[in-house]
Amino acid sequence: MPNDEQPHLNVNGKRLTIEESWFGESLLFTLRERLGLYGSKNACEQGECGSCSIMLDETLVCACLVLTGSATGRDIKTIESLAPEGSLSTIQQAFIDTGAIQCGFCTPGLLITIKDFLDENTDPTELEIREAISGNLCRCTGYGRIVEAVRIASKTHDESQGAS
Amino acid sequence: MTTIESYKTKSGVGVSAQRPDAVPKATGEFSFSSDLSSHNMLWGQTLRSPLPSARIKSIDFSEALAISGVHAILTANDVPGKNLFGLEHPDQPVLADDLIRYAGEPIALVAAEHPEIAAKAINAIHVTFEELTPLTDAESAITADPIHPEGNVIRHLKIDHGDPSATGDLVIEGTYEVGMQDQAFMGTESGMAVPSPDGSVDLYISTQWLHSDQNQIIEALDLPEDMVRLTLAGVGGAFGGREDVSMHVHLCMLALHTGRPVKMIYDRNESFLGHVHRHPAKIWYRHHATEDGQIVKVEGKIILDGGAYASTTSAVLANACCFSTGPYRVPNAQIEGWGVRTNNPPCGAMRGFGNVQTCFAIEAQMDKVAKALGIDPVELRLINALEQGDTIITGQKITGAAPVKEVISSLADHPMPGPAENNLLARPGGTGRTTDQKHIKRGVGFAVSIKNLMFAEGFDDSSEALCQVEDGNVAIHTACVEVGQGFITLIHQIAEEVLGTSDITIIPADTSIGSAGSTSASRQTWMSGGAVLKACEAVVVKLIEQIFEDEGVKYENFNGTLVSEDGTKTIPVSEALKGRSFHEKIVHRHAPTFPLNNKGQGDAHVSFAFASHRAVVDVDQELGLVRIIEIATSQDVGRILNPLQAVGQIEGGITQGLGLAVLEELVMKNGVIQNANFTDYLLPTALDTPPIEIAALIEEPEPGAPFGAKGIGEPPTISSTPAVVAAIRDATGIDLRRVPVRPEDIALE
Repeated sequence: MPNDEQPHLNVNGKRLTIEESWFGESLLFTLRERLGLYGSKNACEQGECGSCSIMLDETLVCACLVLTGSATGRDIKTIESLAPEGSLSTIQQAFIDTGAIQCGFCTPGLLITIKDFLDENTDPTELEIREAISGNLCRCTGYGRIVEAVRIASKTHDESQGAS
Repeated sequence: MTTIESYKTKSGVGVSAQRPDAVPKATGEFSFSSDLSSHNMLWGQTLRSPLPSARIKSIDFSEALAISGVHAILTANDVPGKNLFGLEHPDQPVLADDLIRYAGEPIALVAAEHPEIAAKAINAIHVTFEELTPLTDAESAITADPIHPEGNVIRHLKIDHGDPSATGDLVIEGTYEVGMQDQAFMGTESGMAVPSPDGSVDLYISTQWLHSDQNQIIEALDLPEDMVRLTLAGVGGAFGGREDVSMHVHLCMLALHTGRPVKMIYDRNESFLGHVHRHPAKIWYRHHATEDGQIVKVEGKIILDGGAYASTTSAVLANACCFSTGPYRVPNAQIEGWGVRTNNPPCGAMRGFGNVQTCFAIEAQMDKVAKALGIDPVELRLINALEQGDTIITGQKITGAAPVKEVISSLADHPMPGPAENNLLARPGGTGRTTDQKHIKRGVGFAVSIKNLMFAEGFDDSSEALCQVEDGNVAIHTACVEVGQGFITLIHQIAEEVLGTSDITIIPADTSIGSAGSTSASRQTWMSGGAVLKACEAVVVKLIEQIFEDEGVKYENFNGTLVSEDGTKTIPVSEALKGRSFHEKIVHRHAPTFPLNNKGQGDAHVSFAFASHRAVVDVDQELGLVRIIEIATSQDVGRILNPLQAVGQIEGGITQGLGLAVLEELVMKNGVIQNANFTDYLLPTALDTPPIEIAALIEEPEPGAPFGAKGIGEPPTISSTPAVVAAIRDATGIDLRRVPVRPEDIALE
C-alpha cells in the first residue's frame, strides 16, 4: 500500500476509508461498529459458528478471524450485497418461503455460505447441502427448512441458467 | 394426518402466513440487541469470579480506573438499591459483595470508550480472594453446611398418591443421570441502556419477559417503575436462557453512573457463564407392573442441581415431579424430589423445563418393563396411555384433550427409513473417522412425553393486549417477546381472522403496556394470542354498537366480515373501521390453578400436551460412534395455527433433544465449566441432524384455548432425547443410564 494512499476496504463494491487505529480490530468489529454494517453477526467470535461469514477476495471466511489491517485494499462482500436494489436473491426468497428463518441470527452467515456453495455446485444432493452448511450453526430450526431452501434455490438456479 | 398443503387455501389462522420480519432478517437489516448503537456510547464489561467458592478480601481498581478511556468501575458498593435479584424470589447479588458462590459470578463492572480498553481495565482490577472448598455434589448438598443464608434445599417436594403398599408382579429399578445442557442461543446477551437527565433510564434488551426484568431492576436501582423503561431489542433465540436477568441491572448502573449510553455484548464464553442452564439430575425409579403390562406403582427420587442461586429451580422441580411417571396411567406413586443449591453454575429454565430430565429416565424404565415382560415397547405404552378423564399422580383429572394413544399409534404405523446412503458422510463419525460398513448396527427407539402448558401452582398468569384503531388504521400492542418462534406472525393471522385484514401495525413490545408474562412454558399462543384475540373482538363489539347507533342495523362478525341480522348486507370489518377510532385494552387469563398440598396433590396445571418420537440410529460399537438416521414424531397440537411455523418448532425442538442425547454437555470440574465455547460445547450441525419426519399432528381442539390450539414449542425437545438413547440401547444392548451418551459410554462398556 502506497504511503500516500488512505487505508481503505472495498466493501460490496464501495471504497470505504478506514483509520489505522482500527487495524488491530477484527474485521467483523470494523464492519459492524465502525462502518455500521451490522448484517454480519457475532455469535461466537472464534470461527466456530459461521454467523459472520463473508467473502474476502472470493473466499468464504469468518470475519471474526480476520484482522482489519490484513483486509485493507481487498474485496469484501457481506450480506448487505445480496439484495442490492431491494430485490431479494433466489436463496433469500427460498429462505422466506420455506420457513428457514426463525430468530434469524444465523441467517446472514448461512446465506453467504450457501451463495458461495451454489455458485460451485448447482445440483447438490441433500448430504452435500448438509456438509456445505455444517460450518454454520443454527439453534432454532434444526436445519430441515434450511436444507429445503437450498434445494429449492438450486433448482431455481438451474432453471434460470437453462433459460438464459 | 394433517399436511401443510391442506391449509393453503384458507386465510387467517391455519395458513402458513409469512413472518413479518422475514425480509429484514434475510437481508441483514433486522436489528438485534447486539446491533444497537448510539452517539457518545460507551462499552460495558463484567469482571467475573474465576473461583466457584471464595470470600472477597479486597478489590483494588485504582490501576484500572487510571487507564485512559475508562469512565467507570462499579462494585457491589455502587448498587443503589437492594443488591439482590431473582426470577422467583431475590436471592442473588447483582454484584458479589462478600461471598462468591459460583465460578462466573459478577464482581465488578467497567464502562470504557472501546471494548478493548474495557477488557484491559477488567484485567487491571485486582481482587484478593480467600479460596473456599466448593460444594459441588447435589446429593451431599441436602445435608451439607449451607452455602447461602436461605439454606441448600431450595425445594423439597413429595407426591404421595394412591396406596403406598401396592405391589406388582414385576419390580424394575433403575438409576439415571442427566448432564448440564445449555440453551446456546445464537445471539449472545446484549443490550444498551440510555440514561435521561431526570435520572431515569431506558433499557433496550433481548429477554423473554420484560416486566419480570423491570420488577427486578427497579428494586436494585431503587427507582420507581416509570423511571426504568424497557423496550424489547431483537432477540437471537432464547429457549429459557433469557428468562433470568443477566446484564440488565449492570447496564442501567453504568449508564446512570456515567450519564452516557452504554452497550454490552457478552462474548460466547461469557454467555455460557452469564445465564442459567438446564438442571443436571440424578434420578432413581422403581416400577411395579402386572404380568399383562399395567403399571401398578412408581416410586421415584429426583435430585436437581440448582447451582448457586434459586432462579426457577422450584418450578422446574415441580414439573419434574408432577410428570415423573410420564404420559401413563399410574394409580399409585411415591415421588420425592429435591432442588438443591451447590457451588455449580445456577440452573433454571430451558425448553422442556423439568419434564426433560424425568422423561429420559421414565422412558428407559418403560423399555425395561417391556423387555422383562416380553411385551413390545409400543404396546406397553398403549396399554398404559393416559386418556381424557384419567387422573395424573397429583390427583388432577385431565379434562382437556389427551390423544396419547393416537400420538403413539400414528407414529408406530409410520414407515421406517431405508438403509443409509453408501457415503462416508452418512456413516457414524462421518469422513473424519474410520467406521467400517460391516461394523455398523442399526437400532430403533420409541419414547412418549407429557408437558404441562403455561404457569402452574396458583400463579396469576396473564397477558395484556391493546387493539387500537385510529381512523381505520389498526395497531396491536403487547409486551409479548418475539424470540424467533413467530408470535408476531400469529398477531397478523388473528387480526385477519377477526378484523378481516392483516394490514396492521405491531407496536414494539415494551413496558408501557401491562405484562404479557414470559415467552416460555409453551404459553404465548394461548396467553398473548388469547389477549390479542379478545382485544380485536372487543373492537368489533364496539364497532357493531356504533353502526347500530348510526344506522339502526344489527350486524354480526363472521371471520372479519359483518353480516346484517337479516342477511341482506355485508361489509368487511376493515372497511367498516374506516373513519372510526377505538382503543380496547384487555387482560387475558387462563383458568386458575392451585398449589400442591403436603401430599403433592392439587389441580396445579392448566393443560397438557403429548408427543411421541421414534429414532433410528446407526452405531459403530467399537468406536462408540452414533449417526442418527431419522427421527419421526407425532404431536398433540390442539389445532395448527401456522403449519410452517409448527414444523419449524418441531424440527428445531427435536434437534435440541438429540443434542442432549449424544452431544451437548457443559462439563464441570470442581464447579468450573471446562468447555464454555463452541469448539468444545458441541451443538448439532446440519450433518449431525437427520431428516425429521412428521408422522402426524393430532388436531383435537383444546377446550378453553384460543382456536383450540395447544402450545407446541416444548414437547419436541422432551421425548426426542430418550428415543435416541433407546435406539442406541437397541443397537448395542448397553444399559445407557446417562445423557449425553458419550463415545466412551458405548466403546468402553
